[in-house]
Amino acid sequence: MQLPRTRWVFVSLILLAVASSAWGAERVEDIYKTYCWQCHGKRADGMGVNIRDMSVQPRDHSDAKEMSGRSDDELFKAIKEGGQSISKSVQMPPWSGVLSDDEINLLVEYLRELCECKFGS
Amino acid sequence: MKMATKRRLHGPAIWLCLLLALPVSVSVWAQDEGMAILKSECSSCHDLSGPAPTTLKGLWAREAPDLFYAGIKYKQNWLEAWLQKPQRIRPAGMFYANHIKAGEDGDVIDESTLKPHIALSADQAHEVSEALMTLKSNSDLIVKGEYKPGKISPTMGELMFDKFRGCLACHEIEPGYGGLAGPEVFTVAKRLQEDYLISYMRNPQAWDPKIFMPNKHLKARDLQKFVHYFRGLSEEKF
Repeated sequence: MQLPRTRWVFVSLILLAVASSAWGAERVEDIYKTYCWQCHGKRADGMGVNIRDMSVQPRDHSDAKEMSGRSDDELFKAIKEGGQSISKSVQMPPWSGVLSDDEINLLVEYLRELCECKFGS
Repeated sequence: MKMATKRRLHGPAIWLCLLLALPVSVSVWAQDEGMAILKSECSSCHDLSGPAPTTLKGLWAREAPDLFYAGIKYKQNWLEAWLQKPQRIRPAGMFYANHIKAGEDGDVIDESTLKPHIALSADQAHEVSEALMTLKSNSDLIVKGEYKPGKISPTMGELMFDKFRGCLACHEIEPGYGGLAGPEVFTVAKRLQEDYLISYMRNPQAWDPKIFMPNKHLKARDLQKFVHYFRGLSEEKF
């Protein structure tokens, strides 16, 4: 019943890969805190520390009415490519240089938790 | 007779060599002294050896700018002056989220969490600046002489910085005007080397993988214009 040595090596390598990717993953709450709080605020209400002289107030992520007007695809695009990609403010920058697609998908899910809403609801 | 002539010639030559070597040895001495100060007084907050944080928790824990590439980042004359009379450059500290609190009209800076930087004597500041200029990690990210001096009108510069690129959201362009999460830019051309500015703006994450400054994918021509704008700002009296 013993596994051959090569198979053990193979299984170990897979386990190592899975463990290291899980270890390297960042929590979505931490990603939101690091990159989004500065404009969208600690309370996710669009009242971040940067807003004093902004010409357009950042989106209130806790506002179900506002947030349900955006599809998940639009939210993904806005985060990845910036506000201008969905005809919104240039002050929302593109985060593609920092965040992976997986992390942006996590953020979209997290935004739905913050607003307690879905697109069109 | 010949020996006497040789001796007469050797004497001044030896003195000349000693005189020429003196500035080099004084500079090396200052660097050593400065490095000793950096290690004893500065390394608890500043990273002198790198690499930059690769996790968010590492980013949050960083209390002060990394210094392991100070020699290709800072202008020495600015360093020497600033170290004697340090003033805050990042209104909300190194990682803004550690220094804000929720207020009635949104998040505000919690001043009680921000510590002043120590001030050095003129001699210490000189020695530390000499030592800092020897720290040159990440040199491969710099293209020497990439910045070509030029001009842009202040109005056009501000339009680019604010309306076209949205950078004002995070940076102040004059005291009390602009965003607070990032460092002020009205002094940036006094503080930082132009080639470093170009390289950093081109790809902030190449220098600092988890930094909360986005890569705006700026074109080479725009990078130059931004630095023209910063140089213009640094000449204004606020």
